[in-house]
Amino acid sequence: MSQEATTNEKSFISPFNIIAGIIVLIGLYLTVRRFTGGLGAVTNLSDNNAWGIWIGFDLLTGVALAAGGYVTAAAVYIFGMKKYHSAVRPAVLTGFLGYALVVLALHYDVGRPWRLPYPFVVQQGTSSVLFEVGACVALYLTVLFLEFAPAALEWLGLKKARNLAVKFTLVLVVFGIILSTLHQSSLGALFLIAPSKLHPLWYSSFIPVYFFVSSIIAGLSMVIFESTLSYRFFADKMDEAHLREKDDIALGFGKAASYVIAGYIAIQLMGIGADNEWQLLGTGFGLWYLVELFGFFGVACLGFAIGAREKNVKLIRWTSAWAVLAVIVNRFNVSLVAFNYHLPASDRYFPSWMEIAISVFLVTLGLIAFRFIVSRMPILYEHPEYEDVH
Amino acid sequence: MSISRRKFLGWLTAAGLSSSAFGKVAHAATTRHFEGHPDSLGVLYDNTKCIGCRTCEAACNKVNDLPPPDRPFDDLSVLDNKRRTDPKKYMVINKYDGSVNVETPLFGRTGCNHCLEPACASSCFVRAYTKTESGAVTYDSSVCVGCRYCMLACPFNIPTFEYDAALTPRIRKCTMCYDTRLVKGELPGCVEACPTESFTFGKRIDLLRIARERIRRYPGRYLDHIYGQNEMGGTSWLYLSGVPFKQIGMREDLGITPAPQFTSSALAAVPMVVGTWPLLLMGIYAVSKRKDKIAKEEKEQALAEVTAQVKAEADQKVSEAWKKAAQEKEKAIEAAVKQALEAAADVETEENS
Repeated sequence: MSQEATTNEKSFISPFNIIAGIIVLIGLYLTVRRFTGGLGAVTNLSDNNAWGIWIGFDLLTGVALAAGGYVTAAAVYIFGMKKYHSAVRPAVLTGFLGYALVVLALHYDVGRPWRLPYPFVVQQGTSSVLFEVGACVALYLTVLFLEFAPAALEWLGLKKARNLAVKFTLVLVVFGIILSTLHQSSLGALFLIAPSKLHPLWYSSFIPVYFFVSSIIAGLSMVIFESTLSYRFFADKMDEAHLREKDDIALGFGKAASYVIAGYIAIQLMGIGADNEWQLLGTGFGLWYLVELFGFFGVACLGFAIGAREKNVKLIRWTSAWAVLAVIVNRFNVSLVAFNYHLPASDRYFPSWMEIAISVFLVTLGLIAFRFIVSRMPILYEHPEYEDVH
Repeated sequence: MSISRRKFLGWLTAAGLSSSAFGKVAHAATTRHFEGHPDSLGVLYDNTKCIGCRTCEAACNKVNDLPPPDRPFDDLSVLDNKRRTDPKKYMVINKYDGSVNVETPLFGRTGCNHCLEPACASSCFVRAYTKTESGAVTYDSSVCVGCRYCMLACPFNIPTFEYDAALTPRIRKCTMCYDTRLVKGELPGCVEACPTESFTFGKRIDLLRIARERIRRYPGRYLDHIYGQNEMGGTSWLYLSGVPFKQIGMREDLGITPAPQFTSSALAAVPMVVGTWPLLLMGIYAVSKRKDKIAKEEKEQALAEVTAQVKAEADQKVSEAWKKAAQEKEKAIEAAVKQALEAAADVETEENS
């Protein structure tokens, strides 16, 4: 733990700190406005457009991009791909922070955030997909916290508690995968109830499957993307195993992502076929659907495939960013672009700068927390006292 | 309205007493078709009678204690813009171009249709909505979290939200005047106020009969369709019109499936995932463990074989070396013997010579 004392004692005034500081100040100001003036004071939400980017980005995209935790844990602990072990902790940390931020973002979006536990403690609306989402997200956040606990306990030097926490790894991983399967798919299932509002190319009874499969794409891509950024900014924190394995992880995860995307494109097309909506592909929305499916997902699939075949790690790293973008585009399309497609332009939604600023603020909080933790806890390296014990 | 208070109270009691054997839960897709609570009430809106006077809007505002409107209710120029429900108005009458000419405009009513199986109620994760036995869909703000999923779910775009309330925003929507009037035996505000009897209040089953009768009697006046009889599985509000409903701002593409059925199969998958995933995951885990174990065993075996082979080879070499050494020794001995014999022979010859 002497590392952080010696290597990173730079001045507090760095470009990152200044920009993050400004964003946080704006965020705090808007937070005050949100809770004194109501949602109407900061958002462009309306009676026709009840959900904006705080759901479309913060919730739907946030949860999808935090899928790295369960995907990596599954690969390493269930499928036995031990050579990717060094990816587990960063992925679990990102997952944990991601979900924590999602829950924080919901406090801005719902009308009375202090009532968020009501569905569980006051009255259970079990016929609602949102109930399932809420229950799974709450449980999974707990699971991620416990999965992350060993790192924090190592940092704190609590050996006994840490060893106890590690014992539950497999149970937590299995539980985490079940919960992720459920809520990743349910986020898509939320839209099942509104077939008259979501454009038929995006609406499908398979939408829960689409969301689940694309969350795997997001998870794999985020692990690669994030390891790229970590290497760029925290290379000094990485131990030998991380430095040695990071290219292997990129190649392996990239190859897996390529297959998953190919499957995803196939089931999307099956969905179009099942509902016989081919003729809609010729419309404006159809064109945009094709751009999403082939321009974003298809290109990502190809990039990963070529990168994996030619062992081109650089290509895979760039492709991972593109694949992450593809998932973001998909979530935006389902929740915002193709939603309420039948309304006249004047009734459609576009976020206010304040909504965007709050979302940026929340992401910044995540980055600050990530940086804080990575610079202190054994995330990118193994704690010397616990090397090779797991 | 030609319904006496006594009669009305009787209905309400009947509706209350025969409280549902169906329960309020959403059912998974089955062949069962829920046709509403028995004797539940509703309203029939006949657009051919509506003159767009906004008296109903004024009454709605009054009986629900809503904030005063931006412009007075007798200002009919309000009708020039298409409006929707909002926290200040639970129902609106909109004006549409007539099919014959613009001089004779048409009117349409927008407000809660009180679905038989409401999307709002099925989508609410705190059960803030109740489909009462009377037919009215009510809302309880004391549990509402303000997630607004009901607004997304409602196919008619009816529930509205108090976006300007900082800490206590509520959903606002028509409750068929359930708490304020129905329970007291009074008619919904809009129904009572209408000067042209565009609204008819009664048991839904009777309203359907009345509507069919009107269509039968005046085939030229009405479209042969009762909107709300089957839309979204049926609604407690019913509509008659002389023109296609699309022309008076109502969607004709909603279908007849009750909203809860759209999500029921996805929800039904939950216990299956919970049940099968541990099997699947632990199965994969076991297989990968076993593979590791077998690989380890094979490795050990291979190692043992190699070791044995090497050892055998070494033994052979050693024994060959020994053999060779022994042979060489023998040869050497032979040579030495031969030499000695020769030497002896030489000595013998020397002696003999």
